[in-house]
Amino acid sequence: MVSRTTDDYQAMVLAGCRAVCEPAFWAGFDRASAEGFRDYFAQLTEHEPARAAKYLLPHFSWLCINPKESENLVLADEVLSIIPEFLGRPNVLGIGEIGLNRNSRNEVAVFEKHVDLAARHSQLILIHTPHLEDKRKGTRIILDVLKNDTRIDPGRVLVDHVEEHTVGMVLDAGFWGGITLYPESKCTPARAIDMIERHSGSNLWMNCACDWGHSDPLAVPKTCLEMRRRGHGAESIDRLVFQNPSRFLGQSPHFSVPA
Amino acid sequence: MSCSQVLDLYFIDARSKLIDVAAFLDRVERTGGDDDFRMRAFRDALGALGAEGGGARRAENVLLTFSDPTREPVERAGGKAASGAWRGEAE
Repeated sequence: MVSRTTDDYQAMVLAGCRAVCEPAFWAGFDRASAEGFRDYFAQLTEHEPARAAKYLLPHFSWLCINPKESENLVLADEVLSIIPEFLGRPNVLGIGEIGLNRNSRNEVAVFEKHVDLAARHSQLILIHTPHLEDKRKGTRIILDVLKNDTRIDPGRVLVDHVEEHTVGMVLDAGFWGGITLYPESKCTPARAIDMIERHSGSNLWMNCACDWGHSDPLAVPKTCLEMRRRGHGAESIDRLVFQNPSRFLGQSPHFSVPA
Repeated sequence: MSCSQVLDLYFIDARSKLIDVAAFLDRVERTGGDDDFRMRAFRDALGALGAEGGGARRAENVLLTFSDPTREPVERAGGKAASGAWRGEAE
């Protein structure tokens, strides 16, 4: 996790986390060149796995140009052209987190190019759905793009950051849904568990965002405790936070977690 | 879980959040003006909160109240961050 200290890796391992996945995301500023992205991808595929390995935590990554940086179509095309160089790295699981931010035409165009890249290289796809008032509209546009590409297998796509008004449309279309635990712009533990109870048995899993803003790398273990308070058993919790993610991520030949 | 179990777990937290909402409304009122698209959306969302017989869909309905209902992409991204409520067709 490029924006966190190794204290967080240690805390995650002590809390029982078995692996960490880190998608390419916005740094808080717009990178100025494709070479900046090349350095970033090297950081995700070389430096971060080594940093996590000091705490015995397997580290996996996803590659893309983030939706927040997708207004610049020239830069986006340059970054897309270098992504294939990194797809064979041993910790790369696929293309992500792609999607939309403010639902602009350029963002849609860059999203479509990422989907094409993923299809041509048989990669898993991790999708960011927009924040706040943009989420419902963006999720609809995203699902339309995916459903219109016959090469895309919904079972190999995780549509992340679902909330109460988008989870149904994602699951009904056959995609995996990710519930992200994150203050203010995404979901609380209690709401996450409500959605899980209402969509029991579905292709859902929980995750938390650990970035440079207000976020908690232990949000998933804390939510597991909340589930136990509600009477959920160890097996159902394990299915949600370990078996389901493993089942989805295991579709990549690069994913494995030591026993 | 039974109703009393849910209340035992969550009533105090929900009560605290409700007081926070009330204090927020008081704070806005003390400024003397609340003619802002966000406050209009907030008042609409409060209405969705109070609706009975909704099939336990208040959270979904509140989110829908704040959401952009349009279907077409916008011409250009208006900044990096969303504001929390849809401004309306003029956006």
